[in-house]
Amino acid sequence: MLTSASKEPYLAAFKGLRASSLPAGPAWLEQLRQAGIASFDALGFPTLKHEDWKYTNVEPIAAQSFAQANGEAKSIVGAEVFSRGMIETDAPRLTFVNGVFNAALSNIANLPQGLRLGPLAEFISHEDAAVVDHLGRLASAEQQHFVALNTAFLGDGAVVDLAPGARLNRPIYLLFVSTSTAQPVISQPRILLLLGAGSEAKIVESYLGVGDKAYFCNAVTELVGGADSIIEHYRLQQDSDAGFHVGTVEASLARGCHLTSHAVTLSGALVRNNLRVLLNGAGAECVLNGLYLADGKQHVDNYTLIEHVSPRASSLELYKGLLGGSAHGVFNGKIIVHPDAQKSDARQTNKNLLLSDSAVIDTKPQLEIHADDVKCSHGSTIGQLDDDAIFYLRSRGLDVAAARSLLSFAFASDVVQRISIETLRQRLDDYLVGRFGAW
Amino acid sequence: MLEIKNLRAKVGDKEILRGIDLYIGAGEVHAIMGPNGSGKSTLAHVLSGRENYQVTGGSVTYQGKDLLAMAPEIRAREGIFLAFQYPIEIPGVSTTYFLKAALNAVRKHRGLDELDAMEFLTLIKDKMSLVEMSQALLNRPLNEGFSGGEKKRNEILQMAVLDPTLALLDETDSGLDIDALRVIAGGVNALRSPSRAMIVITHYQRLLDYIVPDFIHVLYNGRIVKSGTKELALELESKGYDWIKGEGAALQ
Ligand SMILES: Nc1ncnc2c1ncn2[C@@H]1O[C@H](COP(=O)(O)OP(=O)(O)OP(=O)(O)O)[C@@H](O)[C@H]1O
Ligand SMILES: [Mg+2]
Repeated sequence: MLTSASKEPYLAAFKGLRASSLPAGPAWLEQLRQAGIASFDALGFPTLKHEDWKYTNVEPIAAQSFAQANGEAKSIVGAEVFSRGMIETDAPRLTFVNGVFNAALSNIANLPQGLRLGPLAEFISHEDAAVVDHLGRLASAEQQHFVALNTAFLGDGAVVDLAPGARLNRPIYLLFVSTSTAQPVISQPRILLLLGAGSEAKIVESYLGVGDKAYFCNAVTELVGGADSIIEHYRLQQDSDAGFHVGTVEASLARGCHLTSHAVTLSGALVRNNLRVLLNGAGAECVLNGLYLADGKQHVDNYTLIEHVSPRASSLELYKGLLGGSAHGVFNGKIIVHPDAQKSDARQTNKNLLLSDSAVIDTKPQLEIHADDVKCSHGSTIGQLDDDAIFYLRSRGLDVAAARSLLSFAFASDVVQRISIETLRQRLDDYLVGRFGAW
Repeated sequence: MLEIKNLRAKVGDKEILRGIDLYIGAGEVHAIMGPNGSGKSTLAHVLSGRENYQVTGGSVTYQGKDLLAMAPEIRAREGIFLAFQYPIEIPGVSTTYFLKAALNAVRKHRGLDELDAMEFLTLIKDKMSLVEMSQALLNRPLNEGFSGGEKKRNEILQMAVLDPTLALLDETDSGLDIDALRVIAGGVNALRSPSRAMIVITHYQRLLDYIVPDFIHVLYNGRIVKSGTKELALELESKGYDWIKGEGAALQ
């Protein structure tokens, strides 16, 4: 049972940090943190009674006591984590180990014109105007348990600030490594992505667990898409079998902004992704692609919320899940069309493939439409591999096992093929071949 | 090469094949015609091992072996190829990728070395020209969003790559415009050889003008009710199936 006791260690840690001799930081930041801890104190951890957490029991996270991370990076080999994290090593990159910035594993020399990229702590220490302006604006600590917790311990993370009109021709990589430590640690990176009007960027957040001990990564990303900007945002998760991960992305798109989001979850003991997109300007567009794979006893929950606030905005969402073993998947996709959002076009699809009898999926599409001139559709499917397709492949010479693995691969690769970063697409396809490829 | 004796099959409670006899020699092309629902596709699927059809009687001997005892993939590796009336779409895997996996499964069974990516590309380039298909199409997800004609070309391309001994073409001509029909028929004709037999299922004389069969059979109500040479198709074209149905009834 979740009790109010589970939040105590965090309240104590918060007090402890203030009692220590560490400098408190600027007043505006302290205010944010205080508001964060107050909300977390009020909200606690979510329970199954909470509508948005109906299928995901966070007790395994709440029951553990996690130490605050210190960023110790002894066991990290750069080449190894870059390779597993699917990072192009010659592109701009920030690396964090257990939530703490690691300069040696980062690459921020010779940044292209118009790009500011660096660790959040540094921007905070300069009281950077853009950061002061935007931090905590989108991600509301008031309603969301894990945003509140992240905000209470706001410290480090990543900042991408792209000037209006600047177009990047290389992706930016943000790598977050969680390691096995004697005592399990919590890391709470905060990522601020500010894309100016008319800018273009591809940003990859890659989360990687190494080792086999428990840890908890509670990440929050705030993405501000300027008018007519073109953004690709990737969230690649490869948490370890004992790793817990809650990731929240809050995006707000101005007029004509186009966001493509790719959320790929490959592993983790318990993973919850929250993706909330506000279509805040006329004609804004978002394309949300998701792929989640789970095996064994893993639990992966994708919650997405798209809010059509302005007219003529469109959203196109495709999430696909592949569940084996006795894994539990959840897709909870909500679309709200507000009264002023006439001529909205919202399409949502969720497809799930169950590879074993004991795998479970809960899928819950929700449409809330308050405007009359809109096009909305949603559909979800849960199925086994298609017999006609299996026969087609067998009639070409593949045996049953090969046909099944090829179809599983194809099901997942369908999402991967929508990825525009060629190396990432190739790496993910290779990964899928490694995972399913027995043909 | 293929001997079908008194073959009976049902799906659910419904008997669809009700005693088929057919003998096909190496190098021969046999056309099977017959009204909708007479059992043509069912025969093709039973020969390629589709499991939801239950064989209730008779035998099929292929190259001296009991065909009905083989799994679908073994039949394919032993040289049976079915060009589907309705090819399946598989998002997420390209024709090239899928076909390389299939070819290597077949080659392995035949005791040949597996082809690497380069060797495969060379092979497929050669076959592509046969059915006038573009590389771009082959790199797209298998049959997904392909036009009717493109799907049928893809079937013939697969046949050319897998190099079967017995090819079953189920209405490969349906939905094709006249140019596509010519291309596909040209592709099929190029694959005719003394060691390869074909069963061509069609509704139209048109196709048989291009792929001239050695024999024509009319399937009606689960039985072959008439067999003849290519002139039979002309007769069917002018008279329709009604006179055959009469003979079918007499047979019963
Ligand atoms: N899986 C199935 N379940 C139920 N009935 C079936 C199934 N497959 C075939 N049938 C029935 O068997 C009969 C023969 O079908 P088949 O597809 O073999 O006909 P066909 O001669 O190929 O027709 P067409 O010229 O229209 O392609 C039809 O009445 C069809 O409805
Ligand atoms: Mg048919």
